Amino acid sequence: MTESCEVAIVGAGPAGISAACILADQGVETVVLERGEFPGSKNISGGVLYGHDLAGIIPDFARQDCPIERNIVESRVWYASDEGGFSLAYRDAIFKEERRLNVFTVGRARFDRWFARQAEKKGALVVCGTLATDLLRNKAGRLGGVRTDRELGDLKARVILLADGINSPLAAKTGFRPDPAPEHVALAVKEIIELPEEIISERFNVSDEDGVSIEILGSVTRGMNGVGALYTNKKSLSLVIGGNLRDFAELKLKPYELIEEFKAHPMVASLIKDGVPREYMAHWLPEGGYEHVPRLFGDGYLIAGDSGMLFNALHREGSNMAMVSGKLAAETILQALKKDDFSEESLSIYQEKLKESFVLKDLKKYRRFPGFLRKHREIFTDLPLSLSMAARDMLTVDGVDKKTKQSRSWKMIKSKTPLLRLARLLFNAWRSVK
Amino acid sequence: MHIVCCLKQVPDTADVKIDSQTNTLIREGVESIMNPYDLVAVETAVRLKEKHECLISAVCMGPAQAESILRQALSLGVDKGILLSDRAFAGADTLATSYTLAQAVSMLDRQHQVDLIICGKQAIDGDTAQTGPGLATRLGFALLTYITGLESFKPSQRKIIVRRKVEEGQEVLEVNLPALITVELDLARPRRASLPGLMKSLRRKIEVWDKNAIEADAEQLGIKGSPTWVRRIGVPSPRAGGPTFNAAEGLQDAVDRSLDILFQDFFTADEPGVAEGEEHGKKFQGN
Ligand SMILES: Cc1cc2nc3c(=O)[nH]c(=O)nc-3n(C[C@H](O)[C@H](O)[C@H](O)COP(=O)(O)OP(=O)(O)OC[C@H]3O[C@@H](n4cnc5c(N)ncnc54)[C@H](O)[C@@H]3O)c2cc1C
Repeated sequence: MTESCEVAIVGAGPAGISAACILADQGVETVVLERGEFPGSKNISGGVLYGHDLAGIIPDFARQDCPIERNIVESRVWYASDEGGFSLAYRDAIFKEERRLNVFTVGRARFDRWFARQAEKKGALVVCGTLATDLLRNKAGRLGGVRTDRELGDLKARVILLADGINSPLAAKTGFRPDPAPEHVALAVKEIIELPEEIISERFNVSDEDGVSIEILGSVTRGMNGVGALYTNKKSLSLVIGGNLRDFAELKLKPYELIEEFKAHPMVASLIKDGVPREYMAHWLPEGGYEHVPRLFGDGYLIAGDSGMLFNALHREGSNMAMVSGKLAAETILQALKKDDFSEESLSIYQEKLKESFVLKDLKKYRRFPGFLRKHREIFTDLPLSLSMAARDMLTVDGVDKKTKQSRSWKMIKSKTPLLRLARLLFNAWRSVK
Repeated sequence: MHIVCCLKQVPDTADVKIDSQTNTLIREGVESIMNPYDLVAVETAVRLKEKHECLISAVCMGPAQAESILRQALSLGVDKGILLSDRAFAGADTLATSYTLAQAVSMLDRQHQVDLIICGKQAIDGDTAQTGPGLATRLGFALLTYITGLESFKPSQRKIIVRRKVEEGQEVLEVNLPALITVELDLARPRRASLPGLMKSLRRKIEVWDKNAIEADAEQLGIKGSPTWVRRIGVPSPRAGGPTFNAAEGLQDAVDRSLDILFQDFFTADEPGVAEGEEHGKKFQGN
């Protein structure tokens, strides 16, 4: 006999599990299919999560043994050249008490497992080690379930939520979204570097519960449109660096070389000194932005999270977009269940909900940002180097008067990046995020 | 027919690391799995069920999280899973473990007469291979260890014919039921659960039995009932490489000298070295 349920969800990442929590809470028979041996076994992220959006799913998450690593009290941004760089840091006591867990780090392997456990407690069935290979259709061509790679592996469902991440062949194979083009995907590598808890607290000047996040732009991505990051966990640091997939191919860069060079950068090396590398992973990120978000609903299905390209590259917000889109998809499904109507028209309220939420608002606001980075390659090549040279010159005390130094610096910057180009860069930067 | 499989949850030794300071296993962050030999026991039982009418029960002694391996057994076709879990069971050696299991099997036997017990050859964490034999002895079942083949199964005559691995070859034996067999990996290749099997197992509740449920004598349980003490855990020192002889400088000479050394080793075979570990007054965890 074929198994059946009301809602089948493909993927037990933040998007799929958020939807499962909302649905199971309302007593909807929900099955989540996950190809990994356990939820989180195939997932990586730099490990920053957002309390507001998690609380939208599990309001008292902090009291439910959520495996939180450190509460972020300070955010740093670096603009790095080869031998150093600029650093901007912002710390605020409000994030220590009143707005605690606004942003915090997690290990995704542990977090996803915990999150899936919450969905199970509410009554959802999380079926692991099971790959969704195709979608089932009835004679009229209507979606009616999911095919898996197990024996007797068909699962009938009234509606399907594709929360299968960026790297799933399913959506493309079944024609729900095109395979992402290389320039719309970033490849990121991550290393977990183990260090004693007290050393981390000391190096980052925080208490044992609190932590720091660092985003790093500049020449560390070897000319690629990309970004590096360093986050503090309880007893380890997450080091992430990634770049556009097309750039990787064009510049013939190897991900493992990139991260080795990143680790050797003087500003990074001193923070990870004596650490022991524990894990190494690589993963894709959706980077297409607003213009490349596919259609997120149709007869009998919805798409949420990375699978729908819902990722804000500028603010490295992916997990929260996944959670919120998963939640909105679930709310749409609840309404559709009431009407007993899973047609495209009935499910179209999902699009409306997304438009009203920060998810599509933010993506729309930053829609020019991916193009801006593509156009202004100097952000990752000449600019960090000449700005650093200028700073180095200004800070070197050698008897040369400041006026001479200033004009020397200007000349050097202009020789690398002509003034007009610089002006256009600033204008485009402003326009892409305004 | 009623078949009982005895299952143990073990650390996945594929990623077990040894703490070089204390010579103990680092269990933190290591995944727990069903003992691979026990998975073969389940597969063997399920194959019998496909040909003969029978009921399969699985018992596992362990902490609450060991429930997951019983669920895995259910997903593969086992009918009933029982978790033996009680503080009093903790710290058991193989003597206490086999007592606990024997009590549980006796309870199952009251519900439905037990004909065959299938255990793994050994658990990959302790490697003692004592629990199965201990259980058979306590229950008075015929004991057949190191089984590599089930030649035939005749429930009506209450007989089973099995193939077992022995030092010099193989034995084919016919025995009367009830019997207990311990199985080798090559007996049967475990299947992957079907989707309905897996989904059904996730919906099931696992029965938990404590010491009262198995009417156990508290003196024979857990650490109290375990006379085994681990005095010391050692890690064998890595073997140093042997001598090398350069054949390019004279083939015959190199061969002769190699043979000399080989024969010398053969006649005076020495014990592999064991590095001294830290003293451990800790009891050995049951197998
Ligand atoms: C290196 C890196 C760092 C990041 N850092 C951050 C960060 O700091 N903060 C942040 O908010 N976001 C970050 N992100 C992004 C974030 O990880 C994603 O946006 C988020 O995980 C998306 O959630 P999801 O549920 O949509 O997809 P995923 O988390 O990718 O989950 C999809 C799940 O579906 C499963 N699956 C896929 N196909 C199938 C199939 N056919 N059958 C069965 N199962 C299937 C997968 O195994 C996976 O478990 C980072 C990403 C990367 C790669």
